[in-house]
Amino acid sequence: MKGTVILAIESSCDETAAAVVRNGREVLSNVISSQIALHTLYGGVVPEIASRKHIEKIVPVVTEALNNAKMTIDDVDAVAVTYGPGLVGCLLVGVGTAKAMAFAAKKPLIGVHHIEGHVAANYICHPDLEPPFLCLIVSGGHTHIAVVEDYRTYRIIGRTHDDAAGEAFDKIARAIGLGYPGGPKLDKLAKEGNPDAIAFPRAHIEDCPYDFSFSGVKSAVLNYLNIEKMKARDCAAKGETYVRHGVPTGGDAEGTEFCPDVFSDGLTKADLAASFQEAIVDVLVTRTVAAADALGMDRIAIAGGVACNSALRAKMLTVGEAAGKKVYYPDPIFCTDNAAMIGSAAYYEYLAGHIADLTLNAVPNLKLGEQA
Amino acid sequence: MKILAIDSSGLVASVAIVTEDTVLGSYSVNFKKTHSQTLLPMVEEVMKMTETEAEDLDAVAVTNGPGSYTGLRIGSSTAKGLAMVWNKPVIPVPTVDALAANLAGRTGIICPIMDARRGQVYTGIYRYEGNQLVAVKPQVCMLLSDVIAEINAMGEVVTFLGDGVPVHKDTIAELVKVPFTWAPMHLAVQNAAALGWLACGYFREGKTVTAAELVPDYLRQSQAEREREERLENHTTE
Repeated sequence: MKGTVILAIESSCDETAAAVVRNGREVLSNVISSQIALHTLYGGVVPEIASRKHIEKIVPVVTEALNNAKMTIDDVDAVAVTYGPGLVGCLLVGVGTAKAMAFAAKKPLIGVHHIEGHVAANYICHPDLEPPFLCLIVSGGHTHIAVVEDYRTYRIIGRTHDDAAGEAFDKIARAIGLGYPGGPKLDKLAKEGNPDAIAFPRAHIEDCPYDFSFSGVKSAVLNYLNIEKMKARDCAAKGETYVRHGVPTGGDAEGTEFCPDVFSDGLTKADLAASFQEAIVDVLVTRTVAAADALGMDRIAIAGGVACNSALRAKMLTVGEAAGKKVYYPDPIFCTDNAAMIGSAAYYEYLAGHIADLTLNAVPNLKLGEQA
Repeated sequence: MKILAIDSSGLVASVAIVTEDTVLGSYSVNFKKTHSQTLLPMVEEVMKMTETEAEDLDAVAVTNGPGSYTGLRIGSSTAKGLAMVWNKPVIPVPTVDALAANLAGRTGIICPIMDARRGQVYTGIYRYEGNQLVAVKPQVCMLLSDVIAEINAMGEVVTFLGDGVPVHKDTIAELVKVPFTWAPMHLAVQNAAALGWLACGYFREGKTVTAAELVPDYLRQSQAEREREERLENHTTE
């Protein structure tokens, strides 16, 4: 059985990735070239540096994906690429390469929404999962609760009013000196802390029961740090010893601030991280499960980079299952940016006959459910 | 020999198919749409109009920098995708050389100017010996006033061209002390046919790379890298 084979390319942020996927579900190869080490020097992703790295890596990564799948371009049925949202310079490398390959090989071209790719990561990991289901989409740029009505139809019923969850993770990780990439580092540190140590606020938005706001909890953490900073300054002025001064930076990353390992109230940095993470995860999980209840949906999936977060996965599983829901999330390798998920989403575009032409452009602020 | 030449390094998008002695087709667009939207449809059109199939081509030539960072990567990723699938070599050509190729046979010196912002330009100084392009000063990123000082010292008639000319025309006219002219509009900006002409010579000399090896030559670090190095330098001197 040959099936429908798609070569997919993803370069929207700091991973250059290519994959070969059969029938939207079977991953024949999945190659990811990460730039994390490079951007760590700058404390975050630098778009121009990322774009330059993508253009160096794109051909080796695509070649490896085809080789690992034991295929040539002639064996694939279509070429797919992420065309948004993302960093425009980065997207353009993937889009330019995919378009030229599709044209040169006389294959159909498919443009894929990056976030729809993240949702499709669940199709790869859970062969039984088909729409409709409820999906919590959480990444550095998105926090949505969406009803996935069909493979290509999304109805957004909840969204953030300010920061995306992943953005809040990154900002707090930076503030407590963890550096980039903030999410995974904060997750790791939080495992050593007490999630109930500090009761950070959970914001409710009137008349929007499934919406989010993370600016309050973010400010509360920053306030806590500022108060400690002032205490330390006072101690220094009086010639007294502040409880303990941690190393205030994460390597030579910029933007990191004062944060000791132990605060004057005896709580640790790990307690702070765990309590902050709990405040975010708590609202993500309770609102998603409440939405599923209200809509009478019995399946909940998590998608996006933050779907990697261990506390979110654990809590969604416990709370969801207690409410009689089946909970799905992708394996960690498919939570990070990858092209296999793009190949999966592309398959359903292909079945729908949704083929892009050679004018396909990168759309950095592409909205979910918006078709090219 | 048959070469597909593409250029998206500046404001104009340009595509041509050339043999050693004929421009079979050329297509340039200097209008609103982005290179990402126009370049590949232009390649498709030129190939169709010249009945060119992939197997007829010996190589893909591309202006490889300097230029707009994004524009260079659109050209580079397009060349890479085509060359990878067709299994053809790529001929990277310095953008400023390709601009100088527009004025083949001209007497005096040739100075292409591309705006590099921050008071700088991508430029070089060229002359023709017969039909042979000679780089007196190979392409470089420098202050406009510095390159004009060098031209003044040479004391020869000079022709300026490039999409940096309209940006800096008044300054150039004020600073240049030797006789000078502006290239006419049809010769003033990147043209893939001229690129293809140079690329034929490169191909004969074996100056090709693989799709994987092709990397744009930006002539300048990214702003973040530059600022980081400055910080590190200041740190060590303190």
